Amino acid sequence: MLKFRIERAPSPVWMRPLLPLLAVLITFVVTSVFILLANANPLTAYYYYLTSPFTNRVSMIEILVKATPLILTGASVTIAFASGYWNIGAEGQLYAGALAAAWIGTVVGGWHPVLAILAMLLGGFLAGMVWASIPALLKVKLAVDEVVTTLLLNSVIVFIISALLNGPWRDPVSGWPQSPTIADSAVFPKLIPRSRLHLGFVVAVVMVLLIWFILSKTPLGLRMRASGLGQEAARFMGVNIQRTMLIAALLSGGIAGLAGVGEVAGIHFHLIDALSNGLGYTGIIAATLGGLNPFGAGVAAIFLGLLDTGAQSVSRSLGVPIFLGNVVQSTLLLVTLGVFMLQNYRIRRV
Amino acid sequence: MDFNFFIGLIAATFRVATPLIYGTLGELFCERAGILNLGIEGTMFIGSFVGFAVADATGSLWLGVLAAVVSGMLGGLIMSLFAVRLGVNQHVSGLGTTLLLTGLSLFLFRVVYGIQRIQPAIKPFQALSPFDDLPVLGPIFQQYALTYIAILLIPLAWWVLYRTNFGLSIRSVGENPEAADAAGINVYRVRTIALMIGGGLMAVGGAFLSIGQLGSFTFGIISGRGWVCIALIIFANWLPSRVLWGALLFGLIEALQLRLQTTGLKLPYEAFLALPYIVTIIALAIAGRNATGPAAVLKPYKRE
Repeated sequence: MLKFRIERAPSPVWMRPLLPLLAVLITFVVTSVFILLANANPLTAYYYYLTSPFTNRVSMIEILVKATPLILTGASVTIAFASGYWNIGAEGQLYAGALAAAWIGTVVGGWHPVLAILAMLLGGFLAGMVWASIPALLKVKLAVDEVVTTLLLNSVIVFIISALLNGPWRDPVSGWPQSPTIADSAVFPKLIPRSRLHLGFVVAVVMVLLIWFILSKTPLGLRMRASGLGQEAARFMGVNIQRTMLIAALLSGGIAGLAGVGEVAGIHFHLIDALSNGLGYTGIIAATLGGLNPFGAGVAAIFLGLLDTGAQSVSRSLGVPIFLGNVVQSTLLLVTLGVFMLQNYRIRRV
Repeated sequence: MDFNFFIGLIAATFRVATPLIYGTLGELFCERAGILNLGIEGTMFIGSFVGFAVADATGSLWLGVLAAVVSGMLGGLIMSLFAVRLGVNQHVSGLGTTLLLTGLSLFLFRVVYGIQRIQPAIKPFQALSPFDDLPVLGPIFQQYALTYIAILLIPLAWWVLYRTNFGLSIRSVGENPEAADAAGINVYRVRTIALMIGGGLMAVGGAFLSIGQLGSFTFGIISGRGWVCIALIIFANWLPSRVLWGALLFGLIEALQLRLQTTGLKLPYEAFLALPYIVTIIALAIAGRNATGPAAVLKPYKRE
């Protein structure tokens, strides 16, 4: 009888590109149990899930619409995690950017659209940065764990927004808890007529390129990656860890803020308290699936956008609850984490 | 504001603190074993869903609590598979666990109940009133059985962690897993069991909200209480005895907010809701470098 042994050694190179595929496959097998619970055939469901978004123009574009904020939050998380700064606050920083955009959007009525949109992007980036600066400064100045503070601040900004929406900003006409609609000049132009795809997608792609450029082509990026790989060694190399992490945290917050700007200026045109519903957390999935590589995170974000769109069509055609999308995305995250660990093992005959 | 206001406030404080005590004690077991369990938010969520669904299906509230415990232990098992066995980064595996358990609860809720215009509801737990006739003690001691159990669990947790061999194992794998391993302790097994105990406790905290207080399951039922527990652990300096005071302080703030809302105060109620979070951040900033948990937290253990 053949005997096998699992030992710790890098797995063969040919296996690596197969690992993400393996993860997707395992995810589909695991989650098919839940589709069965919803009284649907898993094969039919997954066929719909992955193909129906491609059957018509609207839903194909919708994949990119859904992916736009995820590309940004994915890029935001990537630069932070790659630098060893565990920013779990993309969700809150997104809301900070959205808050700024909703306010700026109402005061730029008479402006030229180019100026109005630039003001919104800049304001959103700064707002995300400011919100991210609280945990970042606490981390580098007082050594306060950033995971807890970023998580807590996610809730705090939602309370602030809720207070604004239920108080001064409450829609005077409808009485709904939503901010006044932004001026026409502040609305992001559509990339494709008669679709929801907006300027934010271009912003997202530019940010991915920027993050890639910073991380792999600049001395700052080298210091960031060094700090992410091992802070002791990086310190020994002469890297100023505190400064590097601070810059990474602020950039991360600013980019997450841009995601909020896009949702306000491109999709909703006002601020609501359910604006995000977890886009910041899904950004962590995108960054992890992408292996903390900016392009990888971008591709992962588009795939997550496909999963979101697919969940909608499965829900409509087969009556499987739309939350299947959440289950598939989070299972994929965990399975991918597990499969990535397999990279460090190989099976050998003994 | 009269005397009855304060009596009511004290009673409400214990009620609001109850889920926080369960969640924080659960997280305490995980972190003492060296695992930061960010799966807490999702574990509390699935506990509140499973508790509600089983109580609704069987008609027995206590069976609901039991089922919640089982679901929470399974949540801990999932977390342990990734954070302990595979040695995956604890932040990401914890958040992944939260996202999975939250998504799963929402999904299964729709599978079981569909989309209804009226929120499905059950008759929730009734408060016990041991001193019904007494003026002050009567209202204060009018609490749910789960609240009494929560308070009794604090000395029990202390006893387990500090007075049993198993507790010693938990603390040693949380401080120095290499040494624990050398002393013959199975690090993986102890951490897995600690995560399962922790998950079970967290889930009861969630179930308390759905089948104790509300009698229904809503999507915003936990709304960040799990994250508050993560903060409370630091507040409590990883000591069971201090969990009670932290939870009561946070409970007091929330209870005060609920009461002041009805008095027509001009301050937005969100200011009170945000207060525990801000207080925690300030406390963390003051404690700063001194707020250090068990030494091995966040460090995956790989057996050579």
